[in-house]
Amino acid sequence: MHILLNGEPMEIAEGALMSDLVEQLALGGQRFAIEVNAELVPRSRFAEHRLEPDDKVEIIQAVGGG
Amino acid sequence: MSQEDNQTNDRLLIAGREYRSRLLVGTGKYKDMDETARAIEASGAEIVTVAVRRTNLGQNPGEPNILDVLSPERYTILPNTAGCYDAETAVRTCKLARELLDGHTLVKLEVLGDEKTLFPDVMATIEAAKVLVEDGFDVMVYTNDDPIVARELESIGCVAVMPLAAPIGSGLGIRNPLNILTIVENAKVPVLVDAGVGTASDAAEAMELGCDGVLMNTAIAAARDPVLMASAMRKGIEAGREAFLAGRMPAKRFASASSPIEGLFF
Repeated sequence: MHILLNGEPMEIAEGALMSDLVEQLALGGQRFAIEVNAELVPRSRFAEHRLEPDDKVEIIQAVGGG
Repeated sequence: MSQEDNQTNDRLLIAGREYRSRLLVGTGKYKDMDETARAIEASGAEIVTVAVRRTNLGQNPGEPNILDVLSPERYTILPNTAGCYDAETAVRTCKLARELLDGHTLVKLEVLGDEKTLFPDVMATIEAAKVLVEDGFDVMVYTNDDPIVARELESIGCVAVMPLAAPIGSGLGIRNPLNILTIVENAKVPVLVDAGVGTASDAAEAMELGCDGVLMNTAIAAARDPVLMASAMRKGIEAGREAFLAGRMPAKRFASASSPIEGLFF
């Protein structure tokens, strides 16, 4: 199915969980946070949060800034 | 208070935590991570701001992250809402930052109104501040040098009010010192000048006005030698703070001789 990840189109498996996406992106060990359709998805819910077609997923990190 | 007592006991208190340094620094606009780390070390800052942006997926997977260089164990990380032009995105940004930093609730709220001036959108800032305070955030809020707005933000429950000295990144120094003074005199929460400082004397001036601290980024990062300027800013803040605590002499129009008149032998 089709999702939008950080503004870019991406194909993932039908019914994929957030934890599957995190694994697929090899984000382990990094500090990040995720929101789907402008709602935060806490880390504790990655394993149960099922992604839906056309979800807008944003994965964010800290960067230098004032 | 003696100099020694002052250095031992004078602390900045924000959201229940004590800080020795009254200089808060941003981490943007540096040449690289190494320069960032060296400048921040030289500044002596204990609170450092970061921005929240999309992760660079796929590209440069080994690229160092700012939080690897500035560990949250050593520094109090102050995520900002820079780039937000409405209350909703500012609130979203803060929620993401809290998750990113394992429940850390201290944030710097800024809701901008205009790209040219980067002046705050005060109405949206107040709206976002209410939501964030209600949600348990400790909000340090960027605002105009308007004493009425500062008082309102304090009454909402912000833990620090941070009026600008001049537009962000302008280096123009404190354009309206009397308003800053009024904000300081009214406030029961810490007042920090945020944005617009250009050089060490500007930082000292903010502290002499009675501000509790100064937050800056460009003044250090855009100096020819950022590490040396970071050190200068540290000293400017300390000098200004001590001068404020010492209480300056009244300014007079005409001269007053420093050497005694009595005992002149001619």
